[in-house]
Parts: sequence; C-alpha cells; structure tokens
Amino acid sequence: MRELVWKIGGEQGTGLDSTSDVFATVCNRLGYYIYAYKTFSSRIKGGHTNFTVRVSTRRVLATAEGVHVLVAMDQEAIDRLAKELVPGGLLIADSNFQPKAPEGVQMVTVPMTEIARDLLNPVYRNIVAIGASAALLGLPLQAFKDYLAEKFAAKGEQVVQGNWTALERGYSYALEQAADKAFQLDPGDGQRRLIMTGNDAIALGAVAAGCRLVVAYPITPASEILETCARILPKFGGAAVQVEDELAAVATCIGAGFAGARAMTATAGPGISLMQENIGLASMAEIPVVIVDVQRGGPSTGMPTKHEQSDLLALAYGGHGEGPRIVLAPGTAEQAFYDTVLAFNLADNYHCPVIIASDLGLGLWQQTVDNLDFDQVVIDRGPLVDPKELEAMGRDVFQRYAFTESGVSPRSLPGMKYGQYLATGVEHATDGKVKEDPVNRTRMMQKRLKKIKKLEIGGQPVPGILYEGPERPEILLISYGSTFGVVAEAAELLREQGHRVATLQVRVIRPLPVEELRAAIAAAEKTFVVENNATGQLAFIMRAEGVEHPVESILKYDGTLFRPNEVVAAVLESYKGVPA
Amino acid sequence: MASLAEFKTAEKSWWCPGCGDFGVLAALQKALVELGIEPENVVIVAGIGCSGRIGNYIYSYNFHTTHGRTMPVALGVKLANRNLTVIAAGGDGDGYAIGMGHFLHAIRRNPDITYIVMDNHIYGLTKGQTSPTSDPGFKTKTTPEGNLERPVRPLQLAIAAGATFVAQGFSSNQKQLVRIFKEAIAHKGFALVNTISPCVTFNRVNTYDFYREVLVDLDNDPNYDPTDRVAAMQKLMETDELVTGIIYREPESIPFEEKLPGFRPEPIVSQDWNLPREEFERLLARFR
Repeated sequence: MRELVWKIGGEQGTGLDSTSDVFATVCNRLGYYIYAYKTFSSRIKGGHTNFTVRVSTRRVLATAEGVHVLVAMDQEAIDRLAKELVPGGLLIADSNFQPKAPEGVQMVTVPMTEIARDLLNPVYRNIVAIGASAALLGLPLQAFKDYLAEKFAAKGEQVVQGNWTALERGYSYALEQAADKAFQLDPGDGQRRLIMTGNDAIALGAVAAGCRLVVAYPITPASEILETCARILPKFGGAAVQVEDELAAVATCIGAGFAGARAMTATAGPGISLMQENIGLASMAEIPVVIVDVQRGGPSTGMPTKHEQSDLLALAYGGHGEGPRIVLAPGTAEQAFYDTVLAFNLADNYHCPVIIASDLGLGLWQQTVDNLDFDQVVIDRGPLVDPKELEAMGRDVFQRYAFTESGVSPRSLPGMKYGQYLATGVEHATDGKVKEDPVNRTRMMQKRLKKIKKLEIGGQPVPGILYEGPERPEILLISYGSTFGVVAEAAELLREQGHRVATLQVRVIRPLPVEELRAAIAAAEKTFVVENNATGQLAFIMRAEGVEHPVESILKYDGTLFRPNEVVAAVLESYKGVPA
Repeated sequence: MASLAEFKTAEKSWWCPGCGDFGVLAALQKALVELGIEPENVVIVAGIGCSGRIGNYIYSYNFHTTHGRTMPVALGVKLANRNLTVIAAGGDGDGYAIGMGHFLHAIRRNPDITYIVMDNHIYGLTKGQTSPTSDPGFKTKTTPEGNLERPVRPLQLAIAAGATFVAQGFSSNQKQLVRIFKEAIAHKGFALVNTISPCVTFNRVNTYDFYREVLVDLDNDPNYDPTDRVAAMQKLMETDELVTGIIYREPESIPFEEKLPGFRPEPIVSQDWNLPREEFERLLARFR
C-alpha cells in the first residue's frame, strides 16, 4: 500500500501528543511523507483528544479521508472515532477498559496498561501502543528502537531498555493476535527529510533572516513561535521576550525596527485586532516590522483551538486610515520558511509592516519538508543612507521621507550623525516634522501607497501566485494558506475522474496579483475559490481589487480543514445537471 | 562634546506661553549636554498629547508613537541598540490612563530607560478633560460636577511595582530637575521622573503658585535616605506625593537587557546576522 493512516485517541494530558510525535518522526525517518494533526481543546487535563498521522510514499498535505489503524486508549475514543475506519481497518484497544467495538469493526485488544504496570512505569502504555501499531502497519521495529534509544539516551540505559521492552511486547502481542489482518505499507525511500510545523518553519526562517528579537504574548495557535525562539535566539545574541499584551508586542517590535534591528511578533486573530493601531503607525512612520497571524476561529475568542481563515480582510485592510502593508500567505512549512526570510527583506526594502498570514492548520500540523536550502537565505537590508554621506551633509539636510520615484526613501538609524529625524504617526513633511496641509498630505499618501504596487527583491519580482496544471483548464481551483495542500489533492482526484484541472495558490494577498489572477481565471472554464471562512474573503478581495471574472466560492467554517473529497464533491455538485 | 545649541532645533514651539513643558525641555537638554551624550545617540520616544511634542524640539532621534505606547516602543529601541540613551516622555494621560498597563510592566522589567512624565493633572491637547491624576472634585469639561475618582498615585505605584529609580521634579525648579534627569539617565535600569509641569490654559487649580506653596523638597532633608524603600513609601504617603527630589533608588539595579540569557554587549544592530552554515544545519537537525 502506498499510504496508511494511523490515529490515536484518548484523554487529553496522558502523553498522546508525544506518542504521536514519536510515531510521526520515526515514519518520517523511514523516508515516508508525513502529515500529522490533532483535535484538541483549551484545557490541559481531561477531555478527549486525538492525533492522526498520514504516512505516505508521496507528498501529502491534507486531512485523511479514512483511518487504517485506530488506537483507542478509552471507550470514548472508540465511540467517537471508530466510524472513521476504512473497510478492513483495525481498532487497537487497551484491554484495560474492556473495550466494546461497534458491529463490523475488527478489534485487536492489547493489554497496554497491564504490560506497563508489569514494567513498573505507567507511561509505557503509550509505547506498547506504538509497538502494536508498528506490527499492524508492517513497519520495521528497529527504526522505533533506534529513535527511542536516541530520545532517551540522556535518561540512561534503564529507561531505554524499558521503552524497548514495552515496544517489543506491544509488537509481538499484536502480531500474535492479528498477523493475518496486518497492513503492509510499501517501504519508505529511507531519505532523512525534515518534519516540522509551520510555526517551526517561521521561527527558523526568522532566525536565518537575521531576526534577533521576537516579542509576543502567548496565544493559541501561535505561542510555539515565541517558545521556539526563546530556545534558539539566545545562542545568536538575540532575545525572545514575552510582554504584557499584543499592543506591547507589536510596539516593541516597531521600536526595534526603528532602531535598525529585525524584529517579529506572532499572534492570532484577537492579537491582530489589538495590534491594528500600531500596524498603522509602522505604515505611517515607514518602519519595518514583521507580524505573523496564525489564524484560528473568530470573531472574539471564537474557537481558539480550531482552524479558520477569517482574518484575511483584517490583515489586508484592517485598522483605521489607509496605509501600505504587505500580506504574504504561505501554504506549506517550506513556503513558510522562505516567506519569513522574504518578509524581513520586504519590510527592510519597503519600510512598512509585512504580515505573514498563516493559519492553525499550517501553524500546528506536522508535515514532511524535503529540505530547507541555506543558500537561498539572503539578508537584504534595503535602502539605508551611508553614514559618511550623512556626516558630509551636515545637520538638518537629510530628509528621511524624501519624495522618490518608488516612494521608498533611504532611512538613517539612530547613532548615525546628522541622520536625526522625527518618526511619527502624525502626517509629516519630508523631514518628519508635522505637516497637515492638503498638498503635502496628498503627496505623502501617494508616496506611501505607491511603494507596494509591485514587489521586488534584488531586482527580481516577488511571485504573487503559484500556478500548476494546464493553461486552459476546465476547472481552476484557487487556494491560499493551508488549503493549498487540500486543493492539490482534490485536483489529483478530479484529474483521475477525467477532468482537466489547474490549481492556483495566491501567495501574496496584498498587493493582490490582480493581472495574474485575471489571466488565469479568464483562461479557465470554471473557477472555484476554496477558503475556510463563511463569507468568502479572498473572493471578496479579488472582486474589490478588480478581478471581475465570476468565481464560485467553496467555503467551510466548522473549525476543521477541508478534506480533499469535500472539495471534489463541491466542484461536482456545481456541475450537476450540466454535462461535463 | 555637544553643546546646548546642538541639542536645539529651529522648530517653533506649539506649547502655550508659560507651559511647564518648556522647563522640562530645557532641563533635559541641559542634562544631556552635561552628561556628554552626543545628540545622535539619544532616542526620545514620545507619547500623544501636548508633552508628546517634545521630540520636535530636541535634535535627537525622535519617535512620536501611538497614544500610551511609549514604554514598549522604548523597550524595542533599547533591545535593538543598547548603546543608545533612550528617554520616553509623555503626559499623565498617556502614561497613567491609556498606557498604565505598560507603565507597570516596564517597571517590573527594568530596562535601562528614563521615563519622564509631564504631569499637569489635565488633558491639554484635547482641550480640558479630567486626567488620572486630577484631584477629586476637580471640574473639567467631562466632569462638570467635579471629578468622582481618586487620583492615581504614580510614585507609590512605581515603588510597589518594584521600581529601581523614582523621582519627582517641578518644571520651574530647573536646578533640581537637571540634577534629577542626569541621575535618572545615568541610573542602570528603569528611571521614573514624574515632573510637575503646570498647564496654564486648562488647569487653574494646580498652578505654579499652588505647587510653590505645597511642595516638600527632599534636598532640604539631609537625613532622608533614598535607598530605603519603606521610608520612601512612607514619605510619599505623608506628603500625598507633593514632594520633589530623588525618592527612591536601588544602587544594585541590573537592567533587563543585561539579564537576558545570551544577550551580548555588542548591540543587535551591529552584529553580523548571517548564520554560519553549520549552525543552520544544527538547527535543522532537530527536525530530522
């Protein structure tokens, strides 16, 4: 088999997250492509939680359609999740709770708790479950042993041996019970790829891009970015600082940007709402700053642990007044890494806020990344004045907000002699001093807004879209963010049914790549915009920005990501009654 | 060394004639000159309000922020470049109303920043509304029957929050104010200087004459020990904060930026940000 889906369910706070992490990491090391995700809620102990790992011989970036092996640690997991099992799927349950399986479900009971108790350590229960899973999925036990040895090396030989014994006993018990029912996954290619979340990728991208200050306020699902940076940045002379609220978080980053450092904050919807006034300040005073929004269900507190893409309008146009801002939308962890590097270069080149529109699906779910190429990381500081030229000018000559053809004016940094200026959120003249007359106001508005009409770095245009498929498709599927992976897979499924399908990922939300979108939609017979929100925000932005061609929205806003088949069904539904 | 003239700008002042902020500006410029700090190494982070205009009149790097956000912006400047002299300046509304949250957390954090609050007990720029330091019963446009709330006591709050330097100046006592500013700027850590800066247009109660009469000058008390936190609190309660001088200072204060793990003496802005390839690969190894 080319692909298998493994799922484990039980009570929150019982170590299932690290169990899932072990399983996903080992499969990744075997050379499979992984997509791993969970269902969780805003509580620490208690309540149901479950983790799903898609293990495939090709790249997968979407929620699974069905489960092959389900590990249930309590009856609730069976009651909730058994219906997801594919025909022939296997339920592995801890015999401890006397599991009852629904009719027609093949169950293998394994005395997980008993074995763990026997080994005098209750946490081994989850390792027994992994051993049993490896047996029934046809995965080599040695890879798990190697990983556990490495993971627990620091805890000593005894802990490693204990884990191994638990693993082996689970493995052999499951084989004894159900060797005939076991699946056999095609072997992985053995390539040791990366496995990471979008949040991991953004933290790595920031450090690689020269960001040395990450300032944030904890919030689901963005906190991992601050946490990862708190671990990494001190090694490189930087700091991650948890501040009192999101107002302080973005304001601190803006202060650091003014002084010449690369700083970033990361938040979710509620934080974005609080940051809007200061994002406007960075637009107005022309200060580089990078802001990450890992979108979750809104409005208000909404659904903190559930996926949504409903901040798009707030990111592109939020806050009062009209100022420049750039909004990038990575769809994979790999793109998130490179987009973060790009975000810092854009901020330094365009002197404005750059927002990375991530989402919970991208931010939290683990995925396999082929590689991250160090050679593609270039730090481009953008237009800075030469301190020697400044000194030669003498005082009161330098004009920080000079009118230029591109709208971008070279900036000075504190410490440079005769580069002194006033940065202010008030409308100002070219020297930064307050000036509100109509002629100056109009010119300054135009100066700031024209900066981001077209994005370039090092003379190269920044691609606004990623297009894949035939030039004149029957069906065009438009996505952004983590919906990218779903749409790619849905397109495959539609192609298998004989449809001519292309996909278009919008990579930059602002400035929207209007011309590219127009051309692509005009060439397609029918276009669908696939988004996780209720009102079709990307489709709205497209219309507002002048993409006048009709499109159909496929929307989902129940807190979960699309499954590829849902997109396929929605596309086919729209064709009902119309000959394909 | 820079002269006083080098700290001045040609900008014509927007403040009303007689405004207390003139005295604050003059004392700050003088303090900077006497400390031998070069104008390009000074960053003034100002809030919104009449006092927030101060950056227009000093030839330093100036950042006029959003209302209430001087504290985090100043923190960002200091973290980016710890060689700079960072001074936050704003009014009582900016610092103790809309910015109160940041004020207390800045104190807890203790970055090497000087915070000058020009306190006039009134909102001046919006033309006369009650402020968090307004006295009870004080009649303004928004409290025509008199202010119903108790005033904020910023100096006591600061000490309670763990401040390492707390002082109060009076804009017409230049000699003392220059000395306070110099000591505040030299202090290693967060220094609060609440500065009484009368509004001559909208506050006819808390006038220069009023303050000249009631203010207790700690400089006249040779027995006062500003390193005694309990005595400082007691003095503030006794005088209802109508007192000037250095009220409290902690000689062993270590600024926030020096406590950060791995934070280098060399400012972030001057470091080479390119990661060595092997460091990058080491970071990736965790994800394999």
